[in-house]
Amino acid sequence: MILSVEHLKLHYGQQRALEDVSFSVEAGELFGILGPNGCGKSTMFRVLATMQSQQSGTASVAGFDVLKDPQQVRRRIGVVFQSQSLDKYLTVEENLSSQGHLYGMNGAPLKARVNTLLDKLKIADRRDSIVKTLSGGLKRRVEIAKALLHEPQILLMDEPTTGLDPVARLELWSYLDDLRKQSGITIILTTHMLDEADRCDRLLLMHMGISVACGTPAELKRNISGDVVEIESDDAESLRQGVFLHFDKQPCSVVDGKVRTIVADGAKFVIEAAAAFPNAIRGISYRKPSLEDVFLKETGARL
Amino acid sequence: MNFLLPTWTLWRRDLIRFWREKARVAAFAASPILFWFVIGSGFGNMSTFFPGALTMTVMFAAIFSTMSLIEDRNEGFLLGMLVSPAPRMSLVVGKLLGGATMAWVQSLLLLSMTTVAGYPVDNIVAAAGLLWLIAFSFTALGFLIAWQMNSSAGYHAMMNLVLFPMWMLSGAIFPPSSALPWMRAVMSANPMTYAYSALWQLLDPKADHFASVEYCVAVTAGFGIVLVLISSWIVSRPSTRNAG
Repeated sequence: MILSVEHLKLHYGQQRALEDVSFSVEAGELFGILGPNGCGKSTMFRVLATMQSQQSGTASVAGFDVLKDPQQVRRRIGVVFQSQSLDKYLTVEENLSSQGHLYGMNGAPLKARVNTLLDKLKIADRRDSIVKTLSGGLKRRVEIAKALLHEPQILLMDEPTTGLDPVARLELWSYLDDLRKQSGITIILTTHMLDEADRCDRLLLMHMGISVACGTPAELKRNISGDVVEIESDDAESLRQGVFLHFDKQPCSVVDGKVRTIVADGAKFVIEAAAAFPNAIRGISYRKPSLEDVFLKETGARL
Repeated sequence: MNFLLPTWTLWRRDLIRFWREKARVAAFAASPILFWFVIGSGFGNMSTFFPGALTMTVMFAAIFSTMSLIEDRNEGFLLGMLVSPAPRMSLVVGKLLGGATMAWVQSLLLLSMTTVAGYPVDNIVAAAGLLWLIAFSFTALGFLIAWQMNSSAGYHAMMNLVLFPMWMLSGAIFPPSSALPWMRAVMSANPMTYAYSALWQLLDPKADHFASVEYCVAVTAGFGIVLVLISSWIVSRPSTRNAG
């Protein structure tokens, strides 16, 4: 266990940011913290990065308590913040060597490490570019190189693909996959995006400062047995009542203007519903549950 | 953990940033001499206001250099710095050295006019050393204020509120000896009074003797050291504001 959080609590005045959150992460895992904006995941991130103190509970990172030994924790984590942390007036290489100095690295070993990372992240040809001239995707790669410079055991990333175009996003993920294969580093990231959450080994679902569920994406989805059916209609509410009565008090709800229900056999249900409400239905579909459905079931809220 | 390496790298960073902004470099070189020339001409002679112009140049340049702390916070660089294991005091001193160096060099440009202003150059090396000390101590004052500020607008308002009264009551406009007793008491509590007095005495043999040069230097140095200690303590406390 490389990271463990127990009964963490943090309030901003009256506002609850974290309430009794507990989870742990094994070495080598890709662990995701999933939730909508304001769910407490960024606060959790700041506590793990030693940038904020909790009011009660403990968080231990790489074997050290974040409150008692913040310096030891800092040596062992690499952090990629949501906002950029590069000096935009310095070159890529100057940014990386400054970072090395802050971590006590110097001379030939630092130079070698900078070169390695520039090659790995395919930014060696931009080493002398001033950072503000780089694209968003390139800047994010420099951020990652910066975070990995001191060979941390854990890489913490807060919404790492925010603001990146789809191509840059895919490149980033392919790099993270390679990184894990080569180094076995533990990666902990926060996200509100389902496709990213699906890539994680395990996930913590958060909502309003509370941990709602924790497990592998497959485990979480197994909690919903059956298929999710969604029906589009011009008058979703009356259709919902119709479906409820016609299918023997089948629980259903209106989400985003669609009638939504979970049934054992989606294909059969779709055919029956289409036959029963030929005029009210504009479209009907069924699918296997997604993490979004898991989140909806656990919290009643959308991601 | 190494103390000097983080300090050195932050110092170097500020100087590189400065050098790459050519407009800043030009304004930097021209402003103190222009300032002295205009006010001195107004006074009718170039020497009366010279120590005052020198003090003002070094203090204002030192304090306003900490504006970069607000930029660092808004640009996210500060957060990256704080999440590193570098000793907190090395981060503070690193930031101070950058601002202090620039303020010092700027004041040296004006100090090079000493003979033009009609003063002897006997103590010029000591004066240059003192200017370094003033630059460092007052950058520390700026740092402490800038740390509390979120926006550059609030920063400017705060600096005007603190800085101008401090400078006006430093002896650079009127000496403590001619002030009313209550005003003299206020002036004795102002650290800038000591910095100005020491500088004036080093440049001008006929300067007012407010306190001995040694005493004034000790006050200025003590002021800087206390501020560095307070700053290091404040920086070591986790804060939501760091996260922007």
